[in-house]
Order: sequence, then structure tokens, then C-alpha cells
Amino acid sequence: MIELTGISKTFTAKQGSIYALKDVSLSVKQGEIYGVIGYSGAGKSTLIRCVNLLETPDKGSVKVKNVDLTKLSTGKLREARSNIGMIFQGFNLLKTATVYDNIALPLKLTGLSKQMVKERVEKYLNIVGLSEKQNAYPAELSGGQKQRVAIARALSHEPEVLLSDEATSALDPDTTEAILDLLLKINKELGITILLITHEMNVIQRICDRVAVMENGEVIEEGKTKDVFTSPKHSTTKRFVNSLFSHDIPDELLTNLNESGHVATLSFFGESSGEPALALISKKFDIYPNILSGSITRLKDESFGQLLVHLKGDQAEIEKAVQFLKEQNVHVEGVKISGENKRVS
Amino acid sequence: MAKINEFLDLWGADLWTSTLQTFQMVGISLAISVLIGLPLGILLVLTRPGKALGNKFVYNILNIVINVIRSVPFIILLFFILPFTKYIVGTSIGVKGVIVPLVVYTAPYIARLMESALLEVDRGVIEAYEAMGIKTRHIIWHVLVRESRSSIVLGLTIATIGLIGATAMAGLVGGGGLGDLAYRYGHLRYEVDVMYITVILLIILVQGLQSLGNYLAAKLKKD
Repeated sequence: MIELTGISKTFTAKQGSIYALKDVSLSVKQGEIYGVIGYSGAGKSTLIRCVNLLETPDKGSVKVKNVDLTKLSTGKLREARSNIGMIFQGFNLLKTATVYDNIALPLKLTGLSKQMVKERVEKYLNIVGLSEKQNAYPAELSGGQKQRVAIARALSHEPEVLLSDEATSALDPDTTEAILDLLLKINKELGITILLITHEMNVIQRICDRVAVMENGEVIEEGKTKDVFTSPKHSTTKRFVNSLFSHDIPDELLTNLNESGHVATLSFFGESSGEPALALISKKFDIYPNILSGSITRLKDESFGQLLVHLKGDQAEIEKAVQFLKEQNVHVEGVKISGENKRVS
Repeated sequence: MAKINEFLDLWGADLWTSTLQTFQMVGISLAISVLIGLPLGILLVLTRPGKALGNKFVYNILNIVINVIRSVPFIILLFFILPFTKYIVGTSIGVKGVIVPLVVYTAPYIARLMESALLEVDRGVIEAYEAMGIKTRHIIWHVLVRESRSSIVLGLTIATIGLIGATAMAGLVGGGGLGDLAYRYGHLRYEVDVMYITVILLIILVQGLQSLGNYLAAKLKKD
């Protein structure tokens, strides 16, 4: 649906040029929710703005539904853009217009008849659940409600793709959940492909089918959310995964434990999180597993758990146990002491 | 009471004519100035480097021209552009002759005021409209001008009050008006009463305009 190939973008500032994007390629399939996560300054915002050419890439092609947008004339680009909805962190509504007009005005300007405009506004306000607020001004709405209006405005053009530029970053956790549920519903019921960028792990975790992790203008890891987060390779990805589980164990304790055995994080996914894997290894091998910390969370529709365990026993027995765990689809990673940062990585 | 009647008998007609002349001068030059100043303000915002139609050349030229005109005090401008005034309206005296310098004086001022009003509009909203595939001219009117309408009204209020001040000097080329009445009778002929009354009339006018402007601006602002 969205095909970005070899996108590069440099910004020239007084201090010289800054690479915002370095040869980035992404491909978003029809009907999926694709998330790009990264810390601020990673280039994700520039990347999403390249998809509808709010930012023109210096190099590379931007294909949406197999049409290369970079090659279109201004008029054709406008047409193509109306098939790509976009929502923003700052909502970007007209302050001087009511909820109704905020959705109706852009529709009117694209040449829809008055009757059509009315139908669309009512339909999409209903979908986002704000029908009774249609005469309110944005200043009278909460952040979540404003974002709902913005979503209705984007949907009212009946796009096939929705771009979400940090749409939940300005919202409190409860409202974020509600907006994410709405995005899921839009994706499922209207079949709209969603590309979103965020710095919040819970956004990816809750709704994304696939994820790309960005750093310094490059995609450092990419794939199914489950694969990327059960076996993260890059240290940044690991930091994001660890933000889901916080195992704050004092360094001294870890040192002591490491002397008498082996400390490891075990990640369980889906089916495997239901198995009593630890009980099994203590029966099968001559080791004593001790749970130091653990939690379970959700990755889209499946559960994702992590345990920090101390495996006490013979080195050879531990290795066998680890091997067994891996066969049970449990991701095992040894724990090192991370110096000043007590967080386990 | 008798005194008031006496004063009105003597000066009523003159005051009335002068007030009308002031309204006439302000009204006509304001209308023309807005027609020139608003588009200029929009152009300044659009051609600003880094904006939609970023064009350093046009922006710099506009900037310089506006600054040059704004540097000249109105009283000098009035005489300085006499030949131009004559060329445009065929005369350099009377209400007609005074409209041209008033417009030349006010339009660049309005352009600046409009520029600062339009710059307040959130860049994100404009982007949202660009992302929806809305034409630039529609964005200018329905987003840029609409969202800044409260500031525009306040700016126009300031410009109108400035314009009233300028019309006082217009008497010098026979434009008439309240300022001229106060100057000629009040100052030159020591008719102090006339001066006081015209000043009071001007104060009421300015106060009324500012209040109206504030009221409208508050009403148009929705946040």
C-alpha cells in the first residue's frame, strides 16, 4: 500500500547540513497497522511527512497504491493526498469553527455537495462517538475529543491510508487507550491501512502488526511486532522492550546471584506464556529457578510476558535448561550488570 | 442650556459637515487600504522564506518598500507625493486629493498589521489542510484569514484610529474634517470652545471604535 524506497532527506541549518533520513525503505501492506518507533530526533516525523509529501525527500521514491507521488503534478498530488488521511499530535483543528464545520469545511472545499457533506459529517462523527458535540468549538473539548474530531475529519475524505503523527503523545494514558481502541476499530471495520509514528512503546504494543525502530535517520530493526520485541537485536530496541517491563534489581544483588548461578530474562509469547516452563525445568534438570521479577503484558492480541529468573545449579545443567526453554519458544537472554543503570538489558 | 443652543446654532452645521468629512475620508481610505493592505499582508506571509511560496526576492522588495513608506511622516508624505496624487485623481486638493496620501500612508501599515495577525496562525492547521489536498487559495481564505480574523479586526481598529489622526492633517490640503476644524477655528482663531468640542468628538469616536473593535474581536475569537 505504501512503498518507501531509498528515502534520504537533509536539512540545511546554520551549523551545516543535518541528515534527517538516510536511505530509508519501508513497505506497509494493505490493511495492516504499521508503527515506527524511535526517540525524538530519530527522523520518524520527517519520514511520515514524506509519505504525503508535506516534506519532499531529496532522494528516493514514495509510492502509495503503486503511484509514485514524487512524480505527480501539483493538481494530481492534491487528488492523491485526499486518499491519505493524516492526524497530528497537535490536532490541528480550526479554533474558529465548530466541530461540525471543522469536518464539513474541507469536504466543501473539495467540491462535495451540501447533502453529501452533511451525510459524511454525521456518519464519521458517529463513528468517533462525538455526534452530540457537533456545535461545540474545539476550545470546549478535551484533548481526546479534539483528536476524535481530527480523526473524523481525516476519515470523512474516505481515505485508504491514515497517517498518524504522534497522535496520542499529547494525551493522558486513559485517553491514549481510548484513541488507540478507536484506531483499531477504524482499521478493522473500515479496512483503513494505518502508518503511525510514536515514541511510546505501549502504542506499538497495543495496536501494531509490524514495527520499525528508527535511530539517527535510519531503520535499525524492522519486522512483525512480536518478532522484533521478543528477540530485539539492537540496543535501542532492547531499551524500548525493557520499558514495558521494569525489573529494578540492585546491582549488588545481581552480582551475588550471578556468582551462585545464572540470571536471565525469559520472554514468553502467546501460547508459550501459558506453559509452566519453569516448573518443567526444575523437574527435568538439577536446577532451582527463582523468580526475581516478572510481568505480563499484551502485544496486540497476544500476551507477552517476561520473567527475570535466577537459575541456581551446575553450569552444564543450566545450559541444558536454557536449551530446553528455547525449544519451548521461550526467548532467553543472559543478564549482565549494567553499571550506573540498574535497568536490566 | 441656552448656551448650548447658541453654540450649536453657531457651529452645529460646521461640526456636522466636518464630522461627515472625517467619516468620508476615513471610510473611503480605509476601504481602499484594506483592499491593498490585506493582500500585501498575505503576500508577505506567503513569500516569507521557508513558507508556502517562499520567495526571497519578492519578500525583500515588499519589505523595503513598506519600510520606506512607513518611515515618512504623514505630513511630509502628503506634500511629497502631490504630483502622484494629481496623476491618480486629477486633483491634489479636497477630500478627493487627500484620499491618495491617506491610502499610501495606511495601506503599508495595514499590510504590516495583517502580516503579524496572519503569522499567528498555527502552521500545523495549514499543514493539515495541505495534507487533505485543499487548494492554496482556499487555505489562504478559509484557514489563514479565518483563523486570524480576531487579530485582523484588532489590527484594523488600530489602523482606523491611526487614520483618524492622519485625517486631522489632511485639512492642510483642503480635505476638511474634524481635525481641520479644530486647527483652523480653535487654534488659528482662538475659538477654544470649538477646539474642545471637536477634541471631545474625536475622543468619543476613538473610544467607540476601540470598544467596537475589542467587542468584535472577542466575539470572533473562539478559544
